[in-house]
Amino acid sequence: MTASANTLLEVKDLKVAYGGIHAVKGINLEVKEGELVALIGANGAGKTTTLKTLMGMVKPAGGEILFKNQSTAKIEAHDYVRHGLVMVPEGRGIFGRLTVEENLLMGAYWRDDKAQIANDLERVYQLFPRVKERYKQLAGTLSGGEQQMVAMGRALMSRPKLLLLDEPSMGLAPIIVQKIFEIIRMVAAEGVTMLLVEQNAKLALQTANRGYVMESGKVTFSDDAAALLSNEKVQQAYLGE
Amino acid sequence: MTSTINSAEFRANNLKTTLVLGVIAVVLAILPWALGHFFESGNSWLRAVDFALLYIMLALGLNIVVGYAGLLDLGYIAFYAVGAYTFALLNSPHLQAVIPEWLFQPNFFVMMLIAAFVAGVFGVLLGSPTLKLRGDYLAIVTLGFGEIIRIFMNNLDRPINITNGPQGINNIPAVQFAGYDLGRPIEFLGVSFEKIHLYYYLILAMCFFIIFVSMRLQRSRIGRAWVAIREDEIAANAMGINTRNVKLLAFAMGASFGGVAGALFASFQGFVSPESFTLMESIMVLAMVVLGGMGNIPGVILGAVIVSITPEILRDVINPLQQALVGRKVVDPENLRMLIFGLAMIVIMLVRPAGLWPSKQRRAELAPKTKTISQQENDSLQDAERNHD
Repeated sequence: MTASANTLLEVKDLKVAYGGIHAVKGINLEVKEGELVALIGANGAGKTTTLKTLMGMVKPAGGEILFKNQSTAKIEAHDYVRHGLVMVPEGRGIFGRLTVEENLLMGAYWRDDKAQIANDLERVYQLFPRVKERYKQLAGTLSGGEQQMVAMGRALMSRPKLLLLDEPSMGLAPIIVQKIFEIIRMVAAEGVTMLLVEQNAKLALQTANRGYVMESGKVTFSDDAAALLSNEKVQQAYLGE
Repeated sequence: MTSTINSAEFRANNLKTTLVLGVIAVVLAILPWALGHFFESGNSWLRAVDFALLYIMLALGLNIVVGYAGLLDLGYIAFYAVGAYTFALLNSPHLQAVIPEWLFQPNFFVMMLIAAFVAGVFGVLLGSPTLKLRGDYLAIVTLGFGEIIRIFMNNLDRPINITNGPQGINNIPAVQFAGYDLGRPIEFLGVSFEKIHLYYYLILAMCFFIIFVSMRLQRSRIGRAWVAIREDEIAANAMGINTRNVKLLAFAMGASFGGVAGALFASFQGFVSPESFTLMESIMVLAMVVLGGMGNIPGVILGAVIVSITPEILRDVINPLQQALVGRKVVDPENLRMLIFGLAMIVIMLVRPAGLWPSKQRRAELAPKTKTISQQENDSLQDAERNHD
């Protein structure tokens, strides 16, 4: 795997340990600009740990993370957004006691270009008319699917260069999950680069360009999403076929 | 942005607000005279009102920490103590010999800034080791902090006498304001204003200033950051909020309100001692915030007034009531007063768990409109279904 000019994120031999337990045992992955990359695997495979390490919330035990060819080791967690690394956390991380619009504006917390912020807000409302209808409502009173839309909209307000999605389908009804993946495709069509961490392997691979499969802290397969979908071993282990 | 306000409606609202504010202003302006007119012990009532105003400041300060940032603080009275002792040490003759002359008895506004700043520093001192703590754990640490401050004040008379120990510091002069000594009656337009009246207007003015700052803070970027941290710290961090600094700022701002109130308290009383700053006081201020409506400024003000005035009213009412009902003194009025007061608080919390005047957020949280949510969920499902086909 060589870093080309348009590589946005490059992870080299990343190791993470909690106490004595090695949760991530030396993985390599990369995300190129404009790509939608899926990271799939069973519970406890180390996906969420990898993501938390990418966001600076967990310190790696070894290896390197390069974002735009620069190491992220010295960036403080709250400064990631200024570099364009934005995450939609597991469970959406909505601010329930702020209104929908206030939630969206929190995404632009670090920005001070007021006119642009107003433009972006309009753009998010165009993307999610449903969110616009409820802009005055407290975000905590929205349904799960709507909250996910707000979370995605809020992330877009941060002007991400790379958007990290942690288990967007978690805790939602299957029919809503379909809707969420439609939203992910919509956001991808806007040109946002994404790394999608997901247990729902089939949907994730159907949505993504490329995929990585993680198993007990290691990447066991990495290929084009279509190739992974037709890979027999992946099918047996993760796609239930 | 998208929030469109009907301008006629806005103007009508504005007019209504102005009217309400005008009435409040008139009532507050004549309150000392009204109390003196209607009650025999008008001055003791006015004193209770002065204290209620101080408690409003304290409750608004604690509201920043507890209501906005969601950090449970059980030692808040320590900052009141720090403000009071800062005023006492800089103004009373107690340390006059060692304090540089330029710092002794500073100008009123400078003094308030010093009190706010010193208390704010203590706020950061308390905040920094507790950044990773939340809820009950934080409560225990802050409780300890409050006690440490009080015990220090109780014991810092040896080896060098700084706080004068349990005897406290007295001979604290009243505030000098624009050449006037608020400790002496002032003649104005043929009316004589006593100390207690003058202090009423001074504390009232400071109280309004603090209410104003509170309102501005709530609507500010930093106010939204506090709420975000309370709601979800990880997500707040991911939005670019420096959670460490923003939390410390909450502690510092809250503490500085307490410091200002403490300084006013010291000069009003003319005397400070450690026993004014017990754990019970911290709990009372917390009760004001919770009972009034955490996070909602009008609610917190209401809570402070009720919790501080009710015991005073009960003091006047209970003995005649006992006499009338039973014909003699059965229970010690002091005990009965606290018993009734405690019961009243329990009843209020049972009937109105979000406080007497909660913010709309808190109300929504504690009384979820389940019907609306399921309706929405249903809509979403149908919507998704339609789009999926």
